[in-house]
Order: sequence, then C-alpha cells, then structure tokens
Amino acid sequence: MKNIVLFNKAGAFAENKDIARDIRVKEIIPALNSGEDVVLDFEKVEAATQSFVHALISDVIRKFGSAALDRMSFRSCTPTVKKIIGIVTDYMQESLGPE
Amino acid sequence: MEITANNKWISIHPAVLAMIAALGVTVDPANIRCQKFEARSSHYLARMGLFKTLKIPFNVPFVEHEPAGRFIPITRIRGSDELSRFIADMVPLLHLEPEQARTIGYIISELARNVIEHAEADHGAFLCAQYYKKSNSIRVGIADTGVGIKQTITRSHPADTDLEAIRLALRPGITGTTNREGGTEQNAGAGLFFIKSIASINRDFFVIYSGNALYKLLKKPAGVRPRLHADPFDDRHSQEENLPAWRGTVVGADITLDQTAEFSALLDAIAGTYKAAVRERVQARYRRPKFI
Repeated sequence: MKNIVLFNKAGAFAENKDIARDIRVKEIIPALNSGEDVVLDFEKVEAATQSFVHALISDVIRKFGSAALDRMSFRSCTPTVKKIIGIVTDYMQESLGPE
Repeated sequence: MEITANNKWISIHPAVLAMIAALGVTVDPANIRCQKFEARSSHYLARMGLFKTLKIPFNVPFVEHEPAGRFIPITRIRGSDELSRFIADMVPLLHLEPEQARTIGYIISELARNVIEHAEADHGAFLCAQYYKKSNSIRVGIADTGVGIKQTITRSHPADTDLEAIRLALRPGITGTTNREGGTEQNAGAGLFFIKSIASINRDFFVIYSGNALYKLLKKPAGVRPRLHADPFDDRHSQEENLPAWRGTVVGADITLDQTAEFSALLDAIAGTYKAAVRERVQARYRRPKFI
C-alpha cells in the first residue's frame, strides 16, 4: 500500500496542478502499475481546487477505468475536498461511459 | 497610450485597473501619457501600484496605506510556483474568514492558471483586488494580453465569434486542449464554469471580456432562488459584441462576503449541473437506431 501525504507536497490549499501532475506521474500511476494500492492522504489539506484534483486523478481513472477507485482511497478529506473529488470522479466516469 | 480620468472623481473596478496594467506594460513608458489627475481619489491608482507597474511618475503626494485587509495591489503572475506563493501570501493579507478566504483563493487560482496555461501571454497575468467595507465585498480583476479565448477554444471546438467562444469557455467540460469528454490529464475545462457558478449562486457580479465580446452575469434579485445552468446564456445576463477588441482576456468578479454561500453547498449544486451537462453531451453523440 502506497501512502501519499498531499500536505507535504501541495500545502493547505492544494491548487498547484504541476505538483498534482508530478504526484500522479511519479507516484500514483507507478504504484498502481506495480500492483500496489494507493492512499491519498489529505490530512491538513483545507481546500483543493477542481483543477488540482483533476490533474491528480483524472488520468488515473482514464487509464485504469473506474476500477481505479477500488485501488485508490482518499484519507482525512474535509467535506469540501470530498465534494471536489466526488465531482471529478463523477464526470470522469460519466465521460468514460458504462464499462 | 493615454490615461485619462474624470476631474472630480475616479471609480474604477480592479478588472479595469488590471486591463490598464496589462496593456501598459506592452508600451514603452516614454509613450504613455497620463493626465495630471485632479480628483482627490487619484491617489488610489498610485496605491494600487499602477504607476509603479507602468514605470511612469506620479507626482501627487499620498499616504501609502498598509494593504492588509484592504486591497491587493496590481500583481503580475507569470508562473505556476509564483502563483502558489502569491496565493499563500495574499490570503492572510485580506483578513478573511477561512470560508471566504477559500472562495477568493479558489477564484484567483483558477483564473490565473487559465492565463498561465492557455493565454500565451508574454507578459503574464495582471491581477488586483479591493475590499469594500460598506458592502463587505471583494472585487477581483485579472487581465492578460494573450491570444484570447476564441483562439484557444477553437483548437478543439468550433466558434465563429468571440461571444460564442466565451459561451463555450463558460460551459462545464469544454476546454481548448481537447474535444474529448473528460478533458486531458491536466485540463477539464471547468475553471470558468466554477467561478461563474460561485458568482451566480451568491448573486454576485461576474464579467468576462475577450476579443470584441463581453458577457456579464447580472446580479439576481434577492428572493429569487439562484439556479446553476450549464449554458451561460440560460443565466440572467447581458452580452455585447462589436466592442473595441481586447487582445487577450479580462475577468472581473465581485464576491459579497456576507452572502457567500457555504462552499460545500455550492459544490453540491455544481456537481449536479456538471454531471448533467456531461451526460447530455455524451448522449448527444450516441448512435441512433435506424427505423425503416
């Protein structure tokens, strides 16, 4: 299980998409490719933009399908961050269509 | 370039200040003519950093206020990390409640990232903001002299006019980077829709100007329950075409702080509208049975 602490990289307001891309490319996708599950730990992250969350996980959902959500968990999210993640996972699955 | 103002008073939205700054830095300071301001409020332009940004003199003495809690002077943002640092420094300056700071930070981040990523603006994004105690509101303006919305959006979606391009840019899930549903790995095409939604649900002012077109969300009267629409033309709005062409994009937004709907409640409304818009577009591409 790979645990990724977002606060250490993106701070309390997660909005930098370049950082999100780096986490996705260098940590999330390699971990999933090697069969590891991933925990995205949002402890101390007070808010995140939709753009940040999109850059963090949309391509993971596109590459691995909605099954990515069985292998990727989101820990300690504020209600706001939970909703942003929900918006992104919803529209990504909606755009992929039924699998 | 010539900068003039009314002799008696000056009232200027941060979006206009951002426009003057964005345009002004493209001009040699020797070619900027600025009238001798007589209005008492002209020192506002100096406090907001206009003359410093344009590298031209301002000879009227004024008292420089601490910006804390009042305004964000004209600031140029050219890169991603610079933007992150600016937001981190800006939020404490405004002395806002956490919920309000989140909303303002969100708006500035999404707008400035649009410029950094899409505008191809050599001079970057110019932004400034002003807090108004009487209305307890913050006005934010951001401007660039990049390629404008029509040039970026038509890389993936057809739009014949600047207004049609603005309309597309405000729809959820439409980005100039791809016509694929769900966007690219870095772009969803949702930033402007989110910001228009924040303004709409709070009954706040929002304006976007690019090329020769302008779209303005009209403030909804109190008592009317705001509803989000995927198509900005379904919102109560005004629109203009054939304006003097602005090469680039300008966005202005007023956020009334004591009306700011709880951000998470706003997200519920956005989620529903967004999902429905994507579903509608996906279904529109379904093949239809041929009945013969």
